[in-house]
Amino acid sequence: MPTDGRPILEVRELRTYFFPEEGTVKAVDGASFEVFPGRTLGIVGESGCGKSVTAKSILRIVERPGRIVGGAIHLRREGGTDPAATIDLATLDPAGLEIRHIRGGDIALVFQEPMTSFSPVHSIGNQMVEMIRVHTRLDKAAARERAVEMLRLVGIPRPDRRIDEYAFQLSGGLRQRAMIALALSCHPRILIADEPTTALDVTTQAQILDLLRHLQAQERMAVVLITHNLGVVAEMCDEVVVMYLGRVVERGPVDAIFHAPKHPYTRALLRSIPSIRASVRTKLPTIAGSIPHPYNRPPGCPFHPRCPDVIRGVCDRSEPGPRPVGPGQTASCFLYEESP
Amino acid sequence: MLAYLARRLALAVLTIWAITVLSFVIIKLPPGDYITSYIAQMSASGGFVSEAEVQALRREYGLDQPGYVQYLRWMTMVLHGRFGVALEWKRPVSEVIGDRLWLTMVVSVAAIVVTWALAMPIGIYSAVRQYSTGDYVATFVGFIGLAVPSFMLALILLYLGFKYFNASIGGLFSDRYAEAPWTLAKVWDLARHLPLPTLILGFAGTAQLVRIMRANLLDELGKPYVVTARARGLSEWRVILKYPVRVALNPFASTIGYLLPYIVSGSIIVSLVLGLPTVGPLLLRALIAQDMFLAGTIVLLLGVLTVVGTFLSDLLLLWIDPRIRLEGKQ
Repeated sequence: MPTDGRPILEVRELRTYFFPEEGTVKAVDGASFEVFPGRTLGIVGESGCGKSVTAKSILRIVERPGRIVGGAIHLRREGGTDPAATIDLATLDPAGLEIRHIRGGDIALVFQEPMTSFSPVHSIGNQMVEMIRVHTRLDKAAARERAVEMLRLVGIPRPDRRIDEYAFQLSGGLRQRAMIALALSCHPRILIADEPTTALDVTTQAQILDLLRHLQAQERMAVVLITHNLGVVAEMCDEVVVMYLGRVVERGPVDAIFHAPKHPYTRALLRSIPSIRASVRTKLPTIAGSIPHPYNRPPGCPFHPRCPDVIRGVCDRSEPGPRPVGPGQTASCFLYEESP
Repeated sequence: MLAYLARRLALAVLTIWAITVLSFVIIKLPPGDYITSYIAQMSASGGFVSEAEVQALRREYGLDQPGYVQYLRWMTMVLHGRFGVALEWKRPVSEVIGDRLWLTMVVSVAAIVVTWALAMPIGIYSAVRQYSTGDYVATFVGFIGLAVPSFMLALILLYLGFKYFNASIGGLFSDRYAEAPWTLAKVWDLARHLPLPTLILGFAGTAQLVRIMRANLLDELGKPYVVTARARGLSEWRVILKYPVRVALNPFASTIGYLLPYIVSGSIIVSLVLGLPTVGPLLLRALIAQDMFLAGTIVLLLGVLTVVGTFLSDLLLLWIDPRIRLEGKQ
């Protein structure tokens, strides 16, 4: 576990709802997890389970009509030894100076699509120098020097020339490397990578994941890896959070999640990974049904209509809270109710 | 790049040639010529034109020649920098247009400046604060601006000015300055007359520009590059102005092609209603009188300016948009 046992970031019962005219969408509905320095937390789940909104909530960049309606996001202050020295990001003014220092300075974000994550009309260097100058006192020349250095660090050849190029001039892999260089250029303590390899081909994926691991060790950062790719999770993560319809259904150490999954949803997810040992021409198991429409959340446990182990009269009545199911592992499921 | 520019230039020359042919044909298309409308005008005012006089006039202006000869004679003149005589005014075309060109440009440029200065901030606000009260107000006023014809607005304002202030608010000068030589007092008089036509001419354009800017910007605001810019800790106005607004402005570069001819012609109907001494009404009169030299020159001028404007906006796009500039170069 972590060096001093205290998380650098602690998300408590986070609720982020969207209020379009048609009704309320509970994109994140009571998510809790911790991020420890130097370690990697994986957040997994299907599309629309609230992974990305969780990431945006942490940085307070949720777009209207969404907003955080409850919960806390405690970020430990830099160099703080006093455990009480945290700041609740959920209470900050999203346009204020304090959160702006944290964005990019303490917590950086890497997106799925590196092509559209860069401005189409500004060079990569322009965006890097701008960010470095916002967070440091470096002058233009020094900021550019650091930007070139960062591009070299992420393995971009001839960084002094690439820096003046535009995102569309780079290949997909180089583009994502440049995005990572941009995110890390102010040495953040936490890197949130939202599907960082989804848009890349498999070879490039492996390279980018290697790079992330290497940089994490070098910079001693915490990494929050958001993905629906369980292979990536197994390879990269120390702890795993499984989300379904805005709720954390199971969390625990990566080995426990993969070898002793407790929540029926986690089990179903793991069953749907193709295995090289499976006999040929067998149908890959899928999760029955589909994700409910966001305006039509089922009552009780959100997974009960698709759950193979559903307990009628219980799961459709009330929502289960997290219950300990192993060392450092919890699952929100009535199967593990101590006194049924 | 140079080959591209050379090709564009060659095409531009070809286009301008096509414009000269077309404008000549269109002006020649109505039955009769300047002489017939001159005769009609004279007899309407009780005058009389003898047959000999008619023949002499036709010969003088080359109207007795076949069409293609007339066209070639006109082109030869134009290529030598002469544009002929404005028949109705009995003065060189260049002088007649030149008198009005500066005033037209003053009015048009004022209208364009007002349009952009109003439309850009309103459009940006409307997009960033979509569905806010301010956005609804801007949308409402904008649709009115789009729906009401400018000449109607001009008529209403003229009526109101006459009824409640007993003042004729048309024109660009008070009566005593209209024919006076340029003095500081005349410039001040012009400045006092300028706001009304500027607002009338700018209103519809502003409404249109607000709608376009709002739509362009709304397309961009949700893009990942805006979210990542915000996630880098930039202030909100810097995020908005540097990234999505910059991208949303690109399409406007292609409108320069239409702005240029507008600057020299102005709006014909509004100018007529407000009695503005600009080039637009001059063109209308020349067309009615079938004055082929004057009308031809104005139409040619507008055509050339459209082509030049389009060429300029292409250059501008190359300059501001790296996606176009670097296309095909990896």
